[in-house]
Amino acid sequence: MTDYSWLVKNIYITALLPLLAFVMIIFFLRWKEKLSAGFSISMILLSWLISVYTLIEVVAKQGAVYEAFYSFMSLRGFNLEIGVLVDPLTAIMLVVVTTIGACVQIYSVGYMHGDPRFSRFFAYLSLFLFSMLGLVIANNFFMIFIFWEMVGLTSYLLIGFWFEKDSAADACKKAFITTRIGDLGFLVGLFMLAFYAGTLNYGAVFDQVSAGMIPVGILTAIAIFIFMGAVGKSAQFPLHVWLPDAMEGPTPVSALIHAATMVAAGVYLVARTMALFVGSAEASMVVAIIGIITSFIAATIALTQNDIKRVLAYSTVSQLGYMIMALGLYGYDTNLGHHSPGFYAGTFHLMTHAFFKGLLFLAAGSVIHAIHTNNIQEMGGLWKKLKFTAPAFCIASLSISGIFPLAGFWSKDEIVASASHHPVFLILTLAIAFMTAFYMWRLCFLTFFGEPRDAEKYEHAHESPKSMTYPLIFLAGLSVVAGWVGIPNVAPWFASFVYHGAEAYHPHWSWLMLVSFVIASCGIYLAYLMYYKKSISADKVAEKFGLLYTFSYNKWYFDELYDLILLRPIMTFARWMWSFDARVIDGAVNGTGWLTIKWSDIKLWFDVWIVDGAVNGSGWLVEQCGQILRFLQTGSVQFYVLFVVTMTVLFAVFKFNYIDMGFESWLLVILLVITLAATVGRMVSTLRVKTDSGSDEKES
Amino acid sequence: MIPYLALAAILFSIGLFGVMTRRNTIGILMSLELMFNAANINFVTFNKYVVSDGLVGQIFAIFIVVIAAAEAVVGLAIVLLIYRNWKGIDTDHFTVMKW
Amino acid sequence: MLEVDGGIVFWILSFVILVSGFMVVSLKNVFHCALALVLCLFTVAGLYILLDAEFLAAAQVLIYVGAVAILLIFAVMLTSKLADKRITQSNEQALVGFFICALFAVAAYLLIKFNTIWYPLAKSALPSDNILTIGKYLMTEFMLPFEVVSILLVAALIGAIALARTEKS
Repeated sequence: MTDYSWLVKNIYITALLPLLAFVMIIFFLRWKEKLSAGFSISMILLSWLISVYTLIEVVAKQGAVYEAFYSFMSLRGFNLEIGVLVDPLTAIMLVVVTTIGACVQIYSVGYMHGDPRFSRFFAYLSLFLFSMLGLVIANNFFMIFIFWEMVGLTSYLLIGFWFEKDSAADACKKAFITTRIGDLGFLVGLFMLAFYAGTLNYGAVFDQVSAGMIPVGILTAIAIFIFMGAVGKSAQFPLHVWLPDAMEGPTPVSALIHAATMVAAGVYLVARTMALFVGSAEASMVVAIIGIITSFIAATIALTQNDIKRVLAYSTVSQLGYMIMALGLYGYDTNLGHHSPGFYAGTFHLMTHAFFKGLLFLAAGSVIHAIHTNNIQEMGGLWKKLKFTAPAFCIASLSISGIFPLAGFWSKDEIVASASHHPVFLILTLAIAFMTAFYMWRLCFLTFFGEPRDAEKYEHAHESPKSMTYPLIFLAGLSVVAGWVGIPNVAPWFASFVYHGAEAYHPHWSWLMLVSFVIASCGIYLAYLMYYKKSISADKVAEKFGLLYTFSYNKWYFDELYDLILLRPIMTFARWMWSFDARVIDGAVNGTGWLTIKWSDIKLWFDVWIVDGAVNGSGWLVEQCGQILRFLQTGSVQFYVLFVVTMTVLFAVFKFNYIDMGFESWLLVILLVITLAATVGRMVSTLRVKTDSGSDEKES
Repeated sequence: MIPYLALAAILFSIGLFGVMTRRNTIGILMSLELMFNAANINFVTFNKYVVSDGLVGQIFAIFIVVIAAAEAVVGLAIVLLIYRNWKGIDTDHFTVMKW
Repeated sequence: MLEVDGGIVFWILSFVILVSGFMVVSLKNVFHCALALVLCLFTVAGLYILLDAEFLAAAQVLIYVGAVAILLIFAVMLTSKLADKRITQSNEQALVGFFICALFAVAAYLLIKFNTIWYPLAKSALPSDNILTIGKYLMTEFMLPFEVVSILLVAALIGAIALARTEKS
């Protein structure tokens, strides 16, 4: 473990390089478009080189695991960590993400040429790649959740990149909110995990699970909650509705985020937490059922769509359902003690699908770039015009259809094989394989072959610049060869490299491979008959299956269903709440305000009349007393002496002990009376005289 | 003893009467001297009849006499000042502190 | 007739004191008042002798009669027109003042006579060498008051000069 090289030990550099690009572009390079693009691309290429080197080293070390973390917050024994984990799965994902990321960025130079927010597009792409790489190298649930949300954020930013379009603005909101429902489940799962396991580190959690320290019922709940996150992110039924709408974003974004990497993050999450699902057969079966339902529904919808990107989007959903199903069945079988290729099949298909679906989107973007429409009914005969794009698209279509010996064949066959012990799943899987081949080639024939249906657009069509075609060629090569690392018996390298549990699964040839190949060929042939030879009328078929056709064409009415059962009640409730808010709460608030004002008025009145009245009244009283008493202030010292002596005498008189006195007390009383009479008379006369003179003085 | 004290009381009352009623400021000062003397008579009387030994009362009286002299000096200086400013020393002239 | 130390002499002195005192506060001519004051103070000195305070009597004559009264007479002559006979030297509160003062005197007498408990009187006669004892006291026990009163006198002296001097530049 410790003998990994410095670069692998510091694998976080690969994630930080795009972050550096983002920061540099946003803050410094935004005004220089070429520099922005060049810096961003060089960073992701560097990151790609590190990833490839890492993969090589991990292969050389036979999948040894490297883990390093730093505990940045400790809460009474519960640690939140930042750390990296390098194992085969991580290495594969790193290479996939950086490869597609580099191709898409190079492609975007041509595709986004002339866009007013050219630099910002690269900044967002870099931020996304940072988040995605961080998600991949995370070593614990806490960290993966953070990056999980960050890829959601960048997805939101990029879907709504052309936010001037209402449809794009709506789509990014829809994507964000819909995935948020799944993320809520994910978060609940994390809380439960933190509560029951006491840690969020992958290894520590999985050890506890395999040791059986978490009750199976709880484990099932945790697994399903975490799977909810994957359902949202990977656009699984019933939260798949956001992905087709997300095609409103620029096509490179669709290729990178909504085909190859971010939507695969859900699959990656399930693969990464496979130990949880292995521990619970019920949860695994839920995963598998959700996967197959999603896959089937999406495939049927893709049959009838006319928007080239939407077909691809439903195709993506369908393929993701495939992977999810494979992983679910692996968990189920392993739980029951059977060997299953599901884990290897799911991750293998994740890798090959990333390449050919990325290629499909980029090629579709090239087509759209050439002909300025998304509607395949307005295309046709473009093979002659698009010398690079059309072959690349067709190679990718062959690959996804599962034609020997292209990449899709090997991975898809493993998925079929993983369903081989479950008849219902097997039949549905083969049906989906048939439909996949059919709708992909329907797309090919309508787009590139036959007569041009819109002559004017055809005339103006032109091949894309080299920056767009080179990534196509590169990815076309990968779409062919990427599967050759998983050829059973001959080169089963992938299976012996990426596996879950103690021992690797050994894939082998089986008759199912032949069956799926034949079925895929039949699908292609049917499409050939209907859309190239026109020996079978597509319209008549549509009429014949009128109800089914309408159902498929309207995407099983999922949006309408959600509108009916979710949006309307919510909106009604919201309106009701609004009116409640407006009437009751606002009324209460305003009423409180009104009451306060009235109460203030009362208090004002009280203040003015009672309090101020008391204050002023006491002042007035004092003033009036002063007005009277000031006449004592005669200015004559002798008057004061008289006054003081009078008071002293009175005081003394009151203190007398009269009992012992004889006639003298009578003398005293008589004198007292005379004195008081004289004093009062004197004072009154003095006051009168003084008042008169005082008023005279005032007048003068 | 009581006749002496009574005499002092009456003399004090006379002085008080003078302070209250004299128009002339010098007259007021004279009345004050009467009051001082009344107090002195008391001290000397007590010295003789109440204090069994020693001459504390008399010494106190001596101090009073000295202070009275000082008072008279300062008072008369003030009177002269008043006379200079008001051209008269009647109390009616300087009721400037009137309300 | 009340029994009193000094007998008839006391009564005569009392009479003179009261009459001359009353003249001080009631005569119209201020100069006559001053003369009445001299008489009054002189008789008070006689009273001191009666009370075995010979030194005080001498001091009374020297300071009061000899100094204060003369000072007052000087002041009278400086400030009043002696020939100018005023209608009255009393102000308008004379009647009230008289009653109040009479009341005061009666009250004081009643307090002295009936409302005060007098502690046992000293039987022993005062020392005949009064002056010597006072001198000793002033130089020993009452040293501090003596010095303080000296400072007071100096202060009064300076104050009087400061107050009375005319500023002639």
